[in-house]
Amino acid sequence: MSSSTNTSTHHTSTIGAIGTPSRRNTELALLVFAVLIPVFAYANVGLAINDEVPAGLLSYGLGLGLLAGVAHLVVRKFAPYADPLMLPLATLLNGLGLVAIWRLDQSALLREINVAGGKATNQLLYTAMGIALFAVVMVFLKDHRVLQRYTYISMVGALILLLLPLVPGLGLDVFGARIWIQIGSFTIQPGEFAKIALAVFFAGYLMVKRDALALASRRFMGLYLPRGRDLGPILVVWAMSILILVFETDLGTSLLFFGMFIIMLYVATERTSWIVFGLLMSAVGAVGVASFESHIQQRIDAWLDPMREYTLSQQGVAGHSEQAMQALWAFGSGGTLGTGWGQGHSELIRFAANSDFILATFGEELGLAGVMALLLLYGLIVERGVRTALAARDPFGKLLAIGLSGAFALQVFVVAGGVMGLIPLTGMTMPFLAYGGSSVIANWALIGVLIRISDTARRPAPAPAPNPDAEMTQVVRP
Amino acid sequence: MNKPLRRIAIFCGLLVLTLLIRDNWLQYVQADQLKDDPKNRRVAIARYATPRGDIIVDGKAITGHATTEGDFKYKRTYKDGAMWAPVTGFVSQAYGANQLESIEDGILTGDDDRLFFRNTLDMITGEPKEGGNVVTTLNAAAQKAAYEGLAAQGGKGAVAAIEPSTGKILALASYPSYDPSTIAGSSTSDEEAWKKLQKNENPDDPMLNRALREVYPPGSTFKVVTAAAALENGLYTDADSKTNSPLPWTMPGTTTELENEGNIPCKDATLRVALQYSCNTVFGKIGSDLGNDKMLEEAKKFGFTEEQFTPVRSSASVFSDDMNQSQTALSSIGQFNTAATPLQMAMVASAVANDGELMKPYMVDELQAPNLDPVEKTEPEPMSRPLSAKNAQILQSMMETVVSDGTGQNAQINGVTVGGKTGTAQHGVDNSENPYAWFLSYAKTDEGSPVAVAVVVEDEDAVRDDISGGGLAAPIAKSVMEAVIDSKR
Repeated sequence: MSSSTNTSTHHTSTIGAIGTPSRRNTELALLVFAVLIPVFAYANVGLAINDEVPAGLLSYGLGLGLLAGVAHLVVRKFAPYADPLMLPLATLLNGLGLVAIWRLDQSALLREINVAGGKATNQLLYTAMGIALFAVVMVFLKDHRVLQRYTYISMVGALILLLLPLVPGLGLDVFGARIWIQIGSFTIQPGEFAKIALAVFFAGYLMVKRDALALASRRFMGLYLPRGRDLGPILVVWAMSILILVFETDLGTSLLFFGMFIIMLYVATERTSWIVFGLLMSAVGAVGVASFESHIQQRIDAWLDPMREYTLSQQGVAGHSEQAMQALWAFGSGGTLGTGWGQGHSELIRFAANSDFILATFGEELGLAGVMALLLLYGLIVERGVRTALAARDPFGKLLAIGLSGAFALQVFVVAGGVMGLIPLTGMTMPFLAYGGSSVIANWALIGVLIRISDTARRPAPAPAPNPDAEMTQVVRP
Repeated sequence: MNKPLRRIAIFCGLLVLTLLIRDNWLQYVQADQLKDDPKNRRVAIARYATPRGDIIVDGKAITGHATTEGDFKYKRTYKDGAMWAPVTGFVSQAYGANQLESIEDGILTGDDDRLFFRNTLDMITGEPKEGGNVVTTLNAAAQKAAYEGLAAQGGKGAVAAIEPSTGKILALASYPSYDPSTIAGSSTSDEEAWKKLQKNENPDDPMLNRALREVYPPGSTFKVVTAAAALENGLYTDADSKTNSPLPWTMPGTTTELENEGNIPCKDATLRVALQYSCNTVFGKIGSDLGNDKMLEEAKKFGFTEEQFTPVRSSASVFSDDMNQSQTALSSIGQFNTAATPLQMAMVASAVANDGELMKPYMVDELQAPNLDPVEKTEPEPMSRPLSAKNAQILQSMMETVVSDGTGQNAQINGVTVGGKTGTAQHGVDNSENPYAWFLSYAKTDEGSPVAVAVVVEDEDAVRDDISGGGLAAPIAKSVMEAVIDSKR
């Protein structure tokens, strides 16, 4: 449809973006798969567990299809040149997450301890809210550069969001980590939203300061050492991360924000020295905090010896959890091809089986093959985000896109690595897969911003102003 | 800014690659180890996901299965569980398994490698996995007679019966017993039942398999082994010549006279008379004359000092190897350190009845696949030859005299030749506790000997004088032998 309207009629190109096809039909075709695959998976779960096609198949399929359709139409109307892969990838992950949550809803054990039961319906509602926010971003954020105006407001917003869990009466202590707030019967993880706000702030700030940070430095042993006063911002962000680690005792959130800042700082300044500084500072911070914060120490002990942690929890020693070992067993029992939907026993993970640990359900029921496919889907989203950053024409867009993609990649790494026992466990969730409103809504907003940037980046550039040099660089096509 | 962006792209790719490598390590390299980890509850869930195969006696299953709540689907049930517990052992969702249930677990659950091909076929055709069956050698009528005989007696005791020509175990009873059905699940009632069965809660120790796992001083029944040693070593060559047996007899190296029970004709008695009246002096002196080594050698040929695997393990019976002459004399009449399982004494009777050849005792006749195809069949296997055929026949005639004219008259069966030996073994400090009443015997028909049996009864409440192998144990042995003979007809 729309592809016919934008094929290049110019026979000259001085900028690569000219004539980029919109790829909206590609996106639509991919979306059909992204909806059909979860629908088949859903039917599969019902057949495996109850020997019948689940009664909700039609409404579920229509619901997901409708949401995907709305998202697609909004993109087609308001961001016609957007990257065609991101929406289908997010839809597929979101749909598979819904299937896994519904599958865990079928577990009597999890219903008994109130972890599961009707959660898939909630998640579908959250998804609808996520898509709504996505649409709002598409409709009202005509140009991502508008966000640049809100650099410092974003900073304040991010700080407030990050501090909310520490407010007495509002914050919620879940197994030692204070990253939740409770309003009425709703629990919200403000860190998920802070992620986006911080990326906006960092992008706006670094765009302005990058020249100063990059150029005013001395060379020492092959590294460019920043001036003392330029160290200010990185120290502030570092201190903030340390404070999160100490007061919210959440390694993941802390690592995520600091990592995101380092990535953006490196991209903005092109100075490797910042990475070296960042790594040194995070090492110092992590070791320093771990030396006195027992919750962090315990997470590290559980990571080093999950079997001991399991034994302690079985003996009823307070503060220990069998989850890490149960997750490893779930992965191992899945093996190469998995048990098939509905035939595993990942409910043994109990608490957070459908949120933080949802990847273990995929590991057990879809096996190595399924988890590798999921990881590649995440990898694709991240690399499409980086591609958007490369294609973006303005530094703010580049920085924002790489910040969001980098944070997304770090989050996937920290959560999947934690659940698979590669690094200590943290209290974050797999984007789109895991049960939880904050995560789903925030990540749809994140994808919305990335799609908006990609639309601007891929949009045909305004025709170059006629100037004599243009003639010299024309490429004449036969 | 594009150069660092490309590097970040590579960095993100590396993050995903690291996760992929970790996932391969977890789900490929370590998968089997994690999957089969006994602490991984999935192992138990799979184990109880299908009905367990059955243990079969005389063509009928003595086990069954029932469904349970929770993630374990099936549990074991037992028919006449208390009677069969010494044969089956138990299998419990909460407490594991023991004895036959544990040893043949692979066949019963269907996980045995020999069922692999069949399981693979089932997986392809979509059939659920099934367990195979264990067919035992036991004789339901004999087991019933043994268990009910012990129960009627009311005290602790055990019975072991063997088919002498093959070594097939026909009965294996222990009393008091327990019903393994009560501990098969994982509910709170199973937990309570389990606690009540433990020795510290229950001094009767009902879960002890006395037929295989308890050693008792065999008392005078051991004189059969001593007589066999005398004949085999050429000390005496027939049953009816006078022996060199002074009365009273002082044990060498001591000033202690070995006493007989009452005033019985033991001076220079023939072996037949000595066995008939159970002369301590005659057999004590035989042991002393032969010495520790020769007695031990003969005892070992009957299976002493070795654990037996039927395949359920029985404890090793004891005959010491470092005794002086007087200790050897006492050991040769079944006292001092000598101790034997009921199975061991049944093996002694069975070797004599089988004309001197001891067959290896076994209780699993056949392992069956779920479709009843045989997977493994146990063939009778000679274990040793404690006696020559000639000496065995001499000993048989002596034991038959015990039943026809001596202390074992309670075991007589009309129209059947029965040979036996009574025993009354003292125990406790200064013999303060009630003695064990022993009886070992065999029956003989025209077709050979169908059964050899050993019975031990430890009755703490009975009046001491009433206890003698002939009075308490022989009637049980008799009913077991009758049950076997009747079931053969």
